[in-house]
Amino acid sequence: MARHSLANGLRVVLAPDRSSAVVGVAVYYDVGMRSEPEGRTGFAHLFEHMMFQGSQHVEKMAHMRHVQSSGGTVNGSTRMDYTNYFELLPSNALERALFLEADRMRSPRITAANLTNQISVVKEEIRVNVLNQPYGGFPWLSLPPVLFDTFPNAHNGYGDFVDLDSATVDDATAFFNTYYAPSNAVLVVCGDIDPELTTDLIERHFADIAARPKPSRPCTAEPDLTAPRRSRVTDALAPAPALALGWRVPDPVADLEAYLPYVVAAEVLSEGDASRLEQRLVRRDQLALSQSAYLGLFGDPFDSRDPVTLSMTLHHPATVIADAVLDALDDELRRFAADGLADGELRRVNARIASQLLREADSVLGRTLQFAAYELIYGRAELLTELPGRLAAVTGEQVVAAVATLTPDHRAVVELVPGAARTHSAPRRGR
Amino acid sequence: MTGVSGLLPPLGPSRAARRPSSAERTLGNGLTVLAVRRPAVPLVELRLRIPFAGNRPGHRARASLLANSLLLGTAQRSELELVQALQEVGTELAVGSDNDRVLISGSVLRAGLNTGLDLLAEVLTAAAYPARLVAGERKRLRDQLRIARSQPDVVARVARARRVYGKHPYAEVLAADGDVAGLDATALRRVHRQRIQPTGARLVLVGDLSPARTLDAVEAALGGWAPGAAPVSLRPAPTPVPGPLLLVDRPGAVQSCLRLAGSAPMRTDPGYPAMQLANLVFGGYFSSRYVENIREAKGYTYTPRSSIEHRMAGSAFAVDADVSTAVTAPALLETQYELGRMATLPITEAELDSARQYALGNLALSTSTQAGLAATLAGLAGPGLGLDWIADYRRALLSVGVDDVLEQASRFLAPSRLVTVVVGDAAAIREQLGTLAEIA
Repeated sequence: MARHSLANGLRVVLAPDRSSAVVGVAVYYDVGMRSEPEGRTGFAHLFEHMMFQGSQHVEKMAHMRHVQSSGGTVNGSTRMDYTNYFELLPSNALERALFLEADRMRSPRITAANLTNQISVVKEEIRVNVLNQPYGGFPWLSLPPVLFDTFPNAHNGYGDFVDLDSATVDDATAFFNTYYAPSNAVLVVCGDIDPELTTDLIERHFADIAARPKPSRPCTAEPDLTAPRRSRVTDALAPAPALALGWRVPDPVADLEAYLPYVVAAEVLSEGDASRLEQRLVRRDQLALSQSAYLGLFGDPFDSRDPVTLSMTLHHPATVIADAVLDALDDELRRFAADGLADGELRRVNARIASQLLREADSVLGRTLQFAAYELIYGRAELLTELPGRLAAVTGEQVVAAVATLTPDHRAVVELVPGAARTHSAPRRGR
Repeated sequence: MTGVSGLLPPLGPSRAARRPSSAERTLGNGLTVLAVRRPAVPLVELRLRIPFAGNRPGHRARASLLANSLLLGTAQRSELELVQALQEVGTELAVGSDNDRVLISGSVLRAGLNTGLDLLAEVLTAAAYPARLVAGERKRLRDQLRIARSQPDVVARVARARRVYGKHPYAEVLAADGDVAGLDATALRRVHRQRIQPTGARLVLVGDLSPARTLDAVEAALGGWAPGAAPVSLRPAPTPVPGPLLLVDRPGAVQSCLRLAGSAPMRTDPGYPAMQLANLVFGGYFSSRYVENIREAKGYTYTPRSSIEHRMAGSAFAVDADVSTAVTAPALLETQYELGRMATLPITEAELDSARQYALGNLALSTSTQAGLAATLAGLAGPGLGLDWIADYRRALLSVGVDDVLEQASRFLAPSRLVTVVVGDAAAIREQLGTLAEIA
């Protein structure tokens, strides 16, 4: 793995691996949902769509077509702190991908017709994933406004329709000029590449993109909760209730050492059939239909800067009241904090973590995206190779200390009230 | 293709993918084992496909509850002891079912492969189905099914399958609540004895392994799994009979789910490669006519798509789009237009080349990981296909011409051959849909 920067500020990471004839290309821009101005919710994601609408030398639809007709796949996504674009291709198509990414970094086609079209497409995306979908957006859209108070952290990153409809070409052009500067981006090429040749190709395609100043990041700092918060949302389409819980955890960039025990704790609590919450809430007490505990709103513990949330989502039958689930959960967390890990528990969880990390490492695209995210968020793509060792080094005491902070007194709870539930007999308290 | 041809860098020389080394053996008990070496990371991916088709009423419920209960412990181990033993070698087994089979999947650390195989054998030969835990799973499955049936896509899939398959077992996408309610541990133990057996089953192992030695290890672990009766074969799936549009009411829905379906050639049919390219050009990838029309030109939808689904008793072509309620009829009109165009006019050479390159590249990319290759081979395992089929399919794609695509499209994409189901707010869309189609 090697990194360098172009004169215009674009950071480049190359990670050769000749084991298969496949190459991954990713461009990560340091702009996400947290960068959206008030009154422009959903704009980062809408703009992601605009980057697929053609560019200076590439017509609408042609970006996708050039990648797919080269045998490759292509996509993009918008997260809290970044927006990414990526291709996975047979390695003989590498230069095409670099050309296409450079062309839209230089000059996307931001026209009124394209904008109107993509506002419609984004609204359909929100309808299919949220408005027409039971549990749609739960809890990534419903938990942040309870756990956070400042606009960057709390607002709806998918966007209100009023805001989306009022987006203009001038807004989009200004957004591009500010945030899509080469100095605000990371380019990663991973897989079947010759590093010297690839460096030359990158220089050829990206070097003439004009330098622009690196924008400042949004201010996202806010204090942890000092008291519990609880709210309810009604989901008209849901047939059964659900609960989401959120806690603040340490800043992963400033203090990764303090953060990693939470990553392992989430695995002990939630990953797989042998996990604490599965055994206690689903199997033994039979209070929950399913459980999950994870770091990061989208389930990736390393894709965002502070503040990061440890979330739990619990689906439960309408015959069980929310407090019965919470009581059992709190009891399990208290017992965990007091009694510690069982014999062999950490060893077994570590075997599972190791196997998952290897599985991810087998995918060129997966590695490409992780190198890019770690370079952008942590400034250290090499974190990818260090993480297995650092996670394995987390001690049982550190895991227990992390779990001991997951107390009710500073957490946010969202109850999802099912609007489509059948009439039931009186709810019971526990079993 | 576009005005960029002068600037678009040409493709470099392509590196041919080498066929991985592999070995296959059918054990004395009828289990066929395929071991493929792909040593990229020290893991082994495991997929065990057990035939599980059935004609009797309630069969879907038996398959679903058995799959959810298979790992609830064995004669030797409690549920917790079993899942902890699996976790110790880095694995967790997932058990799923459909109308054709039960599929057990997992990935295991290389060093733990033999332990993993022993645990798998223990589950297959001595699953316990403890009554209290089965009762819990039964209740949980019923709740999960209720949640599943609240999803518009599930409502649409259920309605489409009923409309397409009629009295064929494929009509039952999800287990019926009443059927699940009538099952208990005793019933599951009986079903397990009858149906969880090696005759006709296929085990696929892909990863950092020696194929020959792995077959020996599987034989040692699973050779004692007792054979049973020949698996049930379903009668061929019926060719869908097009008729009036089926409108399923979801009052107040902000979107309508458009769902069309027809039959398609099976993977072993000589026409299949051309059909796959017809599917791609129509709506099988982003660079398709359907996406360009109703998403990128008209903004009616986020994810319009078409696909081919292969099952043991027949393959199916499907068109899916979730569209805004107000444009339900215009979206159906464009759907019919694009299908009709595919069925009556030849595609361009550029469209053919693009779809062909995508199909070839996508096959290479999706089989470039251990998990991807294992999933692909598990999908092929039903009809007994494997690495040879993949190589033959690649070659066949290269020789498909425009006329071949038109021939397949005229047979399988013609709107007159397809069943149409719409799930949406009937009060808002019935009248507009009635201008385009007779409604059942």
